[in-house]
Amino acid sequence: MLEIKNLHASIDGKDILKGINLTVKAGEVHAIMGPNGSGKSTLAQVLAGREEYEVTEGEVLFNGKNLLEMAPEDRAREGVFLAFQYPIEIPGVSNVNLLKTALNEIRKYRNEEPLDSMDFLNMIKSKMSLVDMPNDLMQRSVNEGFSGGEKKRNEIFQMAVLNPALGILDETDSGLDIDALRIVANGVTKLRSPENAFVVVTHYQRLLNYIVPDYVHVLFNGRIIKSGDKSLALELEEKGYDWVKEHITEFVGQ
Amino acid sequence: MDKHKELKELFNKGFTSLENRLNGGTKGELHTYRKDALKRFNELRFPTIKDEEWKYTNISPVIAKYFKPSADSAVIADAKGVDRFFINRNDFIHLVFVNGRFSDELSFGWKETEGFTVTNLKTAIKDKPEIVSGYIGKNAVIEDNIFTALSSAFIEDGTFIYVNKNTVVEKPVHIFYVTNSNEEIMNAPRNLFIAGANSQIKVIESYEALSSAAYFTNVVTEIFLEEGAVVEHIKIQDEALGAYHIARTEVSQKKASNYLSYNVDFGGSIVRNNLHTRFDESGAENNLRGLYLTSGSQLVDNHTRIDHAMPHCLSHELYKGVLNDSSRAVFNGKVMVRKDAQKTNAFQENKNLLLSEDALVNTKPQLEIFADDVKCTHGATVGQLSKDSLFYLKSRGFSHDTAMRVLIYAFASDVVHAIDIPEIRDYLEKKIAEKLATGLEN
Repeated sequence: MLEIKNLHASIDGKDILKGINLTVKAGEVHAIMGPNGSGKSTLAQVLAGREEYEVTEGEVLFNGKNLLEMAPEDRAREGVFLAFQYPIEIPGVSNVNLLKTALNEIRKYRNEEPLDSMDFLNMIKSKMSLVDMPNDLMQRSVNEGFSGGEKKRNEIFQMAVLNPALGILDETDSGLDIDALRIVANGVTKLRSPENAFVVVTHYQRLLNYIVPDYVHVLFNGRIIKSGDKSLALELEEKGYDWVKEHITEFVGQ
Repeated sequence: MDKHKELKELFNKGFTSLENRLNGGTKGELHTYRKDALKRFNELRFPTIKDEEWKYTNISPVIAKYFKPSADSAVIADAKGVDRFFINRNDFIHLVFVNGRFSDELSFGWKETEGFTVTNLKTAIKDKPEIVSGYIGKNAVIEDNIFTALSSAFIEDGTFIYVNKNTVVEKPVHIFYVTNSNEEIMNAPRNLFIAGANSQIKVIESYEALSSAAYFTNVVTEIFLEEGAVVEHIKIQDEALGAYHIARTEVSQKKASNYLSYNVDFGGSIVRNNLHTRFDESGAENNLRGLYLTSGSQLVDNHTRIDHAMPHCLSHELYKGVLNDSSRAVFNGKVMVRKDAQKTNAFQENKNLLLSEDALVNTKPQLEIFADDVKCTHGATVGQLSKDSLFYLKSRGFSHDTAMRVLIYAFASDVVHAIDIPEIRDYLEKKIAEKLATGLEN
């Protein structure tokens, strides 16, 4: 589904990603872990098409298509979804309005008819239960006045409605208490299917207790320096990122 | 300047024919007021951009025209098609004026009234001359403003509302000033709204056009709120794009009264609104909200002044603008907190969105505070849409244009969300979306 080959990216002339290689197949969950400043969020943003980042080398194929050549909206319409680390507040635009417009823009791109209001509402209702989304949040402006947990839940809820092929979760766990974390993670687990895939960017191992990854990658200084299965996350948790830093030459040498 | 002299002569001639037409109406206090106003008009000079109050608004195009006082015009006011502007035919009280003339035929719902009077000013001048003279010119003084002096000299008609104390007027009063003329005319309507103690009323003032020739609206509105009165006042300026619109609204507020103003500008070539409120007694509050959507070469200038003359009053002001093409806007918000006005709360905000590199806004908050125990804030912003918001919507599949449209609409429509007449709110929301859609096509 997703093939990242030797991806280099920079912002304001500063190199952040220095040669990422990653292949994600349908049905898989990949966790990207790493210390602050390693480039985790940059990778997520570059995949979603944030214009501030400049891709200086490499390529990204999404279902065989060149992702880097697409505008952010076309990536979304092709099935890429980014759950933001810091979801944006949009005063004056209701949650329900955002979802309806987004869904219809995506359907239009795929030459599908717009959803009629009844079908839309029914679908929304069924997805709301997935993340225990309170009813009143639907009519409220997007993320405005939401608590940190509500914002993250809203991201997962949007993902559930838009039903992307690839969900990228950018530190969705940061700032969440354990209850909110559980709700968010259960939502993602319920969305897993053989047709879709997830890239879960996180600093901590605890999210991976709930979203069990097939692969864990350690990102450091713009490169993936070690990959493994879920036990790698536990090892990291136990030994800390200093352990990675100390053994960097060893890992890179492998 | 010769042009100025010529124009003054024209209006003086117009005044003579007004007097002839008024016939018996030249006796009495009101006509003395008209004559005083004309005298003052002759003494004052037209402002230029050298005058601080008109620094960013050059009105020489207005002066360059030969606008005839509309009642003087030979054009028959054709009222056909006016009903297209009606928003709620059945449940509102309607007063309709075409080219400054009251249309008895199109106005309705205002006769069978109890506890309040809603009528055209001409009728009120005839029936209640002492009330009219008791209020007219008391809030909008002619001394310092040539356009007020001019408008006052030509007082013939307009809207008169008098709400008795303890009376709640359930139906909103919708006033239409429609221009339908191929001649260059000046309409000078005069509005007098008096809200008695603990009364409530909602008034909508709409300015519309059925024709496209240049014309000049020079309106003066005086509003009096007695103790505990609540007035919601919505002004919708949707003049023809070639029209000039100068409006002065003067509000005085007694104890614990509440004045809510929505001031929305869509049309006009050069538009100048002066909205002034004064707290005459303590414990009163007002909420002034404004929105200007400009495109092409429009110029919309809003000057507001809130006079906190008394303690324990609250004013809340929010004006927003969306500017496209090479249009321009001016916001000047003066808040005066006088020496005795302790415990004043005054909040002012002006936010502007520039959609084009050629658009320009001059914004100036002006706080003059002479009391020491007050809470006053102000802020002005001029900018583009947030990149973060745009990216967020695009990452959900919104096209660039849709994301822009949604964000601009959200920014603008916020001003009218709190209007509690649903039909008017819906109408304005639709109208905002339409104006933004045409603005964005360019």
